[in-house]
Amino acid sequence: MDWLSTHAVAFAIVLPLLMAAVVAMLPNVKRLAWLVALLVAVFVAVAASVVLQTQAGLGEIIYEMGGWEPPYGISLRIDALNAPILLLIAAMAVATLIYAEPAVASEVEGRRSGPFYAAFLLCVAGLMGMVVTGDAFNVFVFLEVSSISTYTLVAMGANRDRRALSAAFNYLILGSIGATFFVIGVGFLYAETGTLNMEDMRSILANLDGGSRVAQVAFGFIVVGLGLKLAMFPLHTWLPGAYAYSPTLVTAFLASTATKAALYLLYRFCFTVFDPSFDYVAAVLTYIVTGLAVTGMIFCSLQALFQTDARRTLAFSSVAQVGYMLLGIGILTVAGLAGGYLHLINHAVVKGGLFLALGAMWYRFGITRISDMAGLSKTMPITTAAFTVLAFSLIGVPFTAGFVSKVALAEAAAAKGWWWAVGVIMVTSILALFYMGRMMMVAYFRDPPTVDGVAWKRNEAPALMLIPIVGLAILSILIGMRGNVFLTDIAENAAWVMLPGSGL
Amino acid sequence: MNHDPHVLLRVIAKFLIPLIALFAFYVQFHGDFGPGGGFQAGVILAASIILYSLIFGLENAKQAFPPILIRIGMSLGVLLYGGTGVVAWMQGGEFLNYSVLAHDAIHGQHWGILAVELGVFCTVTSVMIAIFYAFGSRQPQTSEEDW
Repeated sequence: MDWLSTHAVAFAIVLPLLMAAVVAMLPNVKRLAWLVALLVAVFVAVAASVVLQTQAGLGEIIYEMGGWEPPYGISLRIDALNAPILLLIAAMAVATLIYAEPAVASEVEGRRSGPFYAAFLLCVAGLMGMVVTGDAFNVFVFLEVSSISTYTLVAMGANRDRRALSAAFNYLILGSIGATFFVIGVGFLYAETGTLNMEDMRSILANLDGGSRVAQVAFGFIVVGLGLKLAMFPLHTWLPGAYAYSPTLVTAFLASTATKAALYLLYRFCFTVFDPSFDYVAAVLTYIVTGLAVTGMIFCSLQALFQTDARRTLAFSSVAQVGYMLLGIGILTVAGLAGGYLHLINHAVVKGGLFLALGAMWYRFGITRISDMAGLSKTMPITTAAFTVLAFSLIGVPFTAGFVSKVALAEAAAAKGWWWAVGVIMVTSILALFYMGRMMMVAYFRDPPTVDGVAWKRNEAPALMLIPIVGLAILSILIGMRGNVFLTDIAENAAWVMLPGSGL
Repeated sequence: MNHDPHVLLRVIAKFLIPLIALFAFYVQFHGDFGPGGGFQAGVILAASIILYSLIFGLENAKQAFPPILIRIGMSLGVLLYGGTGVVAWMQGGEFLNYSVLAHDAIHGQHWGILAVELGVFCTVTSVMIAIFYAFGSRQPQTSEEDW
């Protein structure tokens, strides 16, 4: 236990990385790869919760990789900002892997299931690495580990729908452009500061007083690169295709972790490497990021309204929800950042659950279009009930997770005097009511379709699928009822890391 | 084989391939105290096998270096690299802290870098050959006569 509390940070990355190599070599025995991957995810989740506990006690953990001291060697650095995201990624990996057994058997070619789980574990390792590392170039390395395995995972949807191949290629090109922009930005920063360690960069940049032209260019490149990765509004075009055609559990995992890890990096670079007290950082966050956030919220909510494919609807809704989190950054107060951070966690839980529920509907009845969801309340009552709870949470109905974070964001915007932002939050929530309501209407008020004169019988999803779906639905209600007790503290601690020393 | 137009190529290649492979190992073991290392050595060794398959055909190359070895080699390299770190853990150091691997820190660093470079060598060789096999095994869109 003592060993784990010291080394858990590294353990959480190393275990999935090495086990991915083992899983790739395993013989193609039924369920063996799944079982190993699930066990690994559980151990990673345990390690992540140990990290969170240790961090809560110490405030900050620094792990020196290979025993080399921080400014020269690579260090892993945990504070209140990234410890909760680490646990979020590990927990979502467990949830999607429980669901994976029936889903992968039906969606992925049999001989590819070993490589599939190997790529999934690599993706987990990459995302965890992105979040924990304290070295700017190391971020890029882990970003590529997670992205490249993600492209593979998306392409494995080709067994179900050939369009997965073009979606994966699209994602590959745009994702690589994003990573290139990011690494160019890091290169400029290195040229300016002569260090890659983030803490070191922060202190050197603070002495430059934001006056350096090279640092300004670096900031621009980093924001655009991360914007592509986290699907900031005009850079989101890879997302709907990748979410709609990849295997269902991959969609759920990506929607709840990949864009969130990239958003965490934006937090990390905007607030703890650069500083919003620099004029150019404040200007970019207040005018450009907020402007794009608000445009994206309205525009993508409207686009979601006109989709025929259920997963594309949720994908466009994801881009709109990213807008909420970016709005939280743009407000530039502790309350706004805490609201955005809270929305990040809540949206991961909710959207992950929604995509898993849609996957279960595809598993039983092959449903992808909204018009095919007719009568699901009778044929798959438990899945539809969980889907409804999660949909309410996405809309922001009271006593669900979405309500807590949307109210927090609206309060922060109002406190700053941005009443128009409160209006935008209201309008997009109503739009969410319409696009989610459209699915509900079809599922509840239309009769199940009849084949050869016989109506579809009740055919509930298998238990392994129901456990994570119902679990996430219950979690979203728990956050809604008791969220102000534990999650708000976590979000506020994270926000204080980002804006130390400033008042509300 | 009486009218083999490539006889010169075949003879020269047969002579060169072992030398290229040998040079790969020279670069590998030179790597821990000078220019070189696992990545470069892996590429050179893969180049010798790629040269073999260019001259003698993909089928012969696949007999010399079977595709099943690729998957094992790729994973084994990662495990060798990561395993070094795990051993460092077991000796009580940080992950990949080579200093704890031997009785004193300098020897430990030597052992550690040697094991890690071997891992890189394994993986890079396999990946390079895998890429070549993947492109080489594709059926051409138009048959040879249609050109």
